[in-house]
Amino acid sequence: MSAYAVEMRNQLVGLFGIVERNVYLTKRYFLWDIAFMIWTIANTLTIVFISRAAPVSPEQQNTLATAFLVGATIWAFLGIIFEFMTETVAWERWEGTIEYTFMAPLSRFVHLFGQGAFAVLYGLIRATILFFVVAAFIGIHAPQANYGAALGLLALASLSFIGVGIMTSVLPLISPEKGAQLGFVCQGVMLVVSGVYYSVSVMPEWMQWISKISPATYALRGCRNSIIHGTGMVWADVWPLLIIAVLATPIGLAVFRVGERHAKKHGKLKRSG
Amino acid sequence: MSTLAPSTIELVSRLDREAPAVEVRDLRKTFRRRDRKAGRFARKRPWPALDDVTFTIDRGECVAILGQNGSGKSTLVRLLSTLLISDGGTARIFGHDVDREASTIRRLVNRVSVEASFFKKMSASENLSYAARFYGMTPRQTNAGVPEILGRVGFPPERRGEAMENLSRGMQQKVALARALLTSPVLLLLDEPTTGLDPRSKLEVQDFIREVRAEHDATILLCTHDMAEAETLADRVGILDRGRLLFLEPVPDVKRRFGVETLEQAFFAATGRAFENEGSDDDDEYREVFA
Repeated sequence: MSAYAVEMRNQLVGLFGIVERNVYLTKRYFLWDIAFMIWTIANTLTIVFISRAAPVSPEQQNTLATAFLVGATIWAFLGIIFEFMTETVAWERWEGTIEYTFMAPLSRFVHLFGQGAFAVLYGLIRATILFFVVAAFIGIHAPQANYGAALGLLALASLSFIGVGIMTSVLPLISPEKGAQLGFVCQGVMLVVSGVYYSVSVMPEWMQWISKISPATYALRGCRNSIIHGTGMVWADVWPLLIIAVLATPIGLAVFRVGERHAKKHGKLKRSG
Repeated sequence: MSTLAPSTIELVSRLDREAPAVEVRDLRKTFRRRDRKAGRFARKRPWPALDDVTFTIDRGECVAILGQNGSGKSTLVRLLSTLLISDGGTARIFGHDVDREASTIRRLVNRVSVEASFFKKMSASENLSYAARFYGMTPRQTNAGVPEILGRVGFPPERRGEAMENLSRGMQQKVALARALLTSPVLLLLDEPTTGLDPRSKLEVQDFIREVRAEHDATILLCTHDMAEAETLADRVGILDRGRLLFLEPVPDVKRRFGVETLEQAFFAATGRAFENEGSDDDDEYREVFA
């Protein structure tokens, strides 16, 4: 095997290792996961029930409930990706393994992409459970729903979310105390400008401009249309997601490299506690 | 060892046989920190952690660097582990520059630090398998290699599946040694590997280090403040004091140089101070991190 092939093989084994570790940890924290799932369902119900109070026809209430549910589901999905990515460094620092991971011969791309890949898989499972449990509880009818298209759009958007997540994952490396919180600020800002429970057209113009560079804008719009109206993967939603996906990961990695170098220069790449 | 990581074997076969295992020249690292007494808003001042450190370690040699807490030992280990970037000088491992060829260095080096550092909810087997994946070891290789290496460090087989948080400090440190050796490093960095262990665990870990030296073609850099440990394990002993390496010689030469009978006396003769803990390596950098 050539040296390149050996290196590729090693990196793939390393990628598997990252996913495998997260599976181990998910199994160990399973009860926490159940508690978090119940909390997310309860939280989503409080939002979706607003539609039942709206003074409109039952059919319009159903459409409104579906729109809210799609927003809440994507919020939850994005929340998991950002949590996993932003806490990549914070978790390892807390566990004390950060130095061993960063001195291992694993490329940073594989390290972070592995973390993102697990987050997407885990997030999709949770988002699917959330969607169908709340839909069943409220009694949402979506006869025209094109779930395949919605899932496809979410998968495409995930590539962009991972890229943005890589950018935020550097924050705890630069600021061990405040970095993780700043990551959650980024998540919140992204969702606010992306029209999580409303159309972006209701926002001030300057916010609408920011919404154009957020992948969540196109994921939310595409998923809503696919589930409420049954529209497939519309090109107007697909091409921005493709462009952002192509740009976000390299930019995220470049940002992370700068942050990692800064941390190594200033002695911040170390465990705490 | 039968559990060599495949990529390490390939890399070791291409190493420059003539190059020293470690070659450090005028290595410098300065952190900025606030004076504890000057208050939270005082200006940070430069604090040299390593000050023009120069030394060489030959292949297969075991060298001990002695120093009080805060002397710069951990900084040296972190620099050689590619976790820090130096401010000046060079550090080469088997001819490869630590700053410029970090990815090559990472395949050659592993370390055991004073903190065992594991995912606490995961078992010893899971933690070792996870660490081994980064070095290209597949599940089939770790299924055989992990029990073997844990057996060699004297870890009870029935506790392999137990969460790390339930293991004693001594047990955790044995798993840490197993983790470092599982990836077959040609340079093993031991940063106070026996600190905080009970006497029995300490002796077991020291015996295992001897065994590794005897059976495995590894170069060892041992950083410790345990003078007896350094004297029994190392070919040469150096004293790092406030970032400066005062000497690095075989113990008899050190004693002869200062006309003393113990390393404690040699430390006093070299520095004018008694050998006792003055602070913490970690504390020094910790203030930098959380400032």
